Amino acid sequence: MAKRGNFTSGLGGVEGGVLEALQRKGISRREFLKFCAIIGAALAVPVDQVGRIAEALASVRRPPVIWLEFQDCAGCTESFLRASRPAVAEIVLDLLSVDYHETIMAAAGKQAEEAKEATVKTGGHLVIVEGSIPTREGGIYCCIGGRTAVEILEEATRGAAAVIAVGSCAAFGGLASAEPNPTGAVGVRDLVHKVPVINLPGCPVNAVNITATVVHYLTYKSLPELDAWGRPLFAYGKRIHDNCERRAHFDAGQFVENWGDEGHRKGWCLYLMGCKGPETYSNCPTVRWNEGTNWPVGAGHGCVGCTQPGFWDSMTPFYRRLPTVPGFSVESTADDVGLGLAAVAAAGVAAHAAGSIIRRKTEKTEESKE
Amino acid sequence: MAKIVIDPLTRIEGHLRIEAEISGGKITGAWSSGTMFRGIENILKGRDPRDAWVFTQRICGVCTTVHAICSVRAVEDALGIQVPPNARMIRNILEAIQYVQDHVIHFYHLHALDWVDIVSALDADPAKTSQLAQSISDWPKSSADYFKGIKERVAAFVKTGQLGPFANAYWGHPAYKLPPEANLMAVAHYLEALEWQREVIKAHAILGGKNPHLQTYLVGGMSCPVDPNSQAGLNADGIAFLKDLFKKAKEFVEQVYLPDVLAVAPFYLDWAGIGEGLGNFLSYGDFPLTDTRSSDDPGNLFLPRGVILSRDLSTVHPVDQKAVTEYVTHSWYSYEDDREAKHPWQGGTWPNYTGPKPPYEYLDTDKKYSWLKAPRYNDQAVEVGPLARMLVAYAAGHERVKYWVDTVLAKLGAGPEALFSTLGRTAARCIETVVIAEQLIPWTEELAANIGKGDLRIHEQKHWDPSTWPAEAEGWGWTEAPRGALGHWIRIKNGRIENYQCIVPTTWNGSPRDANGQPGAYEASLVGTELADPEKPLEILRTIHSFDPCIACAVHLVEPRGNKTKIFRVC
Repeated sequence: MAKRGNFTSGLGGVEGGVLEALQRKGISRREFLKFCAIIGAALAVPVDQVGRIAEALASVRRPPVIWLEFQDCAGCTESFLRASRPAVAEIVLDLLSVDYHETIMAAAGKQAEEAKEATVKTGGHLVIVEGSIPTREGGIYCCIGGRTAVEILEEATRGAAAVIAVGSCAAFGGLASAEPNPTGAVGVRDLVHKVPVINLPGCPVNAVNITATVVHYLTYKSLPELDAWGRPLFAYGKRIHDNCERRAHFDAGQFVENWGDEGHRKGWCLYLMGCKGPETYSNCPTVRWNEGTNWPVGAGHGCVGCTQPGFWDSMTPFYRRLPTVPGFSVESTADDVGLGLAAVAAAGVAAHAAGSIIRRKTEKTEESKE
Repeated sequence: MAKIVIDPLTRIEGHLRIEAEISGGKITGAWSSGTMFRGIENILKGRDPRDAWVFTQRICGVCTTVHAICSVRAVEDALGIQVPPNARMIRNILEAIQYVQDHVIHFYHLHALDWVDIVSALDADPAKTSQLAQSISDWPKSSADYFKGIKERVAAFVKTGQLGPFANAYWGHPAYKLPPEANLMAVAHYLEALEWQREVIKAHAILGGKNPHLQTYLVGGMSCPVDPNSQAGLNADGIAFLKDLFKKAKEFVEQVYLPDVLAVAPFYLDWAGIGEGLGNFLSYGDFPLTDTRSSDDPGNLFLPRGVILSRDLSTVHPVDQKAVTEYVTHSWYSYEDDREAKHPWQGGTWPNYTGPKPPYEYLDTDKKYSWLKAPRYNDQAVEVGPLARMLVAYAAGHERVKYWVDTVLAKLGAGPEALFSTLGRTAARCIETVVIAEQLIPWTEELAANIGKGDLRIHEQKHWDPSTWPAEAEGWGWTEAPRGALGHWIRIKNGRIENYQCIVPTTWNGSPRDANGQPGAYEASLVGTELADPEKPLEILRTIHSFDPCIACAVHLVEPRGNKTKIFRVC
């Protein structure tokens, strides 16, 4: 019989680590090492480091996690549930102790809030944030348990080891912060300064990147190296355009010109259809989505740039071809090719060279493609 | 009279708060409040209507895809676009697998813990659990050893003392009625469903690049090319992949989900008389089987469109979208006259928070108390969702729906009146999943056959360029999201969005009171429910979860018609 009285959150006496938990489930050491190798590949660590990952996972207790949802759509939660590779959804459940998560937790109301408080009191936890935080009018645009998101975030991150902002809303303000930002929505880094914050943008975040970040943290007892936007280099260090499976068609000047045309059916480059791959940093083309099944460009639609700050404003209209950026070699190649083979009007290109963040605000006319 | 509060009401999408008044152990009044607001429709103003679906899809990541479909249909309706057959069929397939996956997740991961006591599973006899499982289904994972393994796993998990998402719940509550063996079986299926959902939704990645938030819709069609002779389009390999996933989807639904519902329901038959609610139901219908000409003339729909009033299954009333209006009397918005209801094309609101300053203990429910508005149909509160769809289809004589509803009711020894309840909603969702899962493979084969005829069209090119559009246009898009009737209303002016408004399932079901004091479906359904322990209001969770709330969907903002659109074109 279970000890019913013991059903509160917090750290208990965990004997073994993740490996033991997995072995209890019938997952062999071999499969476990394979998983470590996959994670190692996602983290771009040398092969001889895989043993270190395994060692770390086999000895570590499940760190408590508080997953906060604010101005979110739960898309990152859903993505998290799709965590890839055999049994990874379960590995993640055993890797972490998710003590608070509105969408999945059994407890509700005050019992849910008590579980969170107990974890915060202990400290040393991870906070995962999904959704932006509204700051206008005293934060009344998002209240949970009668308290504002601003207050909840401040309290939950106190004593935390790190904060992971999943998805573009938590990382950069995302959708709610798009013009005219009615609620004063901001990302975590605008509010949390005393605890390290890792941004895992994307709309939603790719589950592989959550898993890899957590494993990195557990393995190296440090946070992964980040770029200027707070994004781990292992996942956001390269441009989509540079790893795109359609890049050869770009270089060859073979472009989709109409949806469903011959080039579209043959998998040619989507640049003229508005693909934002040339301005977007993400590992989408290499890790892909849903256990590597596919990714947006693979399914015939251009990248919308969802890992970039402010993409709802800077990358829209989504079907407008990106402007050239002077001095940027790839784009100038695009123009050379475009001028020669796709007859892109030079005037139209020049009109869009002003930089992307204010593009939506500045444009009054449709870009002339012809 | 005591008032209890559940906030956050967990295991839903979004932020929902329920306040309930208790007298003599019974709920005498209930108030439903959405406590988060983003303003997506305001953000949409002035943008390219062809981009709208990308924005609106982010209204909800649990109901991913449905706001995208609804949005492109709204623009297509405004511009008079008829999408090619392949696009219509691909949309149906995407939405169908969304239903199946989403309903299963809802049952096992959001709703089941209202009925299943995980702790009790630790007392189960694995051999008896195996007997139980094998008596209700041919599902192969049913041996005594299998359940022994699950039990040991749960026990080991509990032993760690880190109960994570299962900590601090209402385990041991007297309203849990299942024997330990049924609880253990349900726990096993909770874990299996977690794996299964991840697998079957790969269909979205095949056709849409990724899930959640597919990237495959276009105003005028779809962006996934079809071509049997290309590596880059949907070819025979892609079709085979889809069919394999759909086979797994259907098997799980028929051999696990349905048998589980039928096995659990008899222990909770009293819930066939609890949680009824409004008795009025609305469905816009969905899954067009013929090419749709306009939103008002959608052709032949697999799930029919209709309204049922006052539980009268003898009449299915036609739907007129012009009869849809919204009140803001008890919502944190302002109209010129707060007692007036407005149609989405005419309606308008500005956020106007008048609630208590946080932190607060109670909302002032006599005044405004929610970010949800109060949609009404012909000025009546209606319920939407799987129950509404199944009732409309049943009453309209839909063959498969009728077969499955009658089969399930017969197995439970209940009449159709049992459907008007908390249990009825949960059963209807399962029935719908079975009915839709049956269509996955035939619809995929139909798509393959059409492609095989040489039809490779996926997009209506004629209206892609905004210069072909009229200076002004208005349209409405419709869909039946897993959670119910979803409508988007758009006004386009000079190639840009002039006004955009969504009325979504949870706005219907979770609405606050209107100017006439009519409660929304959640509020009405809770009244009269007895609570065994007001400190642990499990009964409230059961009924609210039976609706499958999605609050992120439900909260939105529109602007007044005629109000000059702000154009953000400063350099």
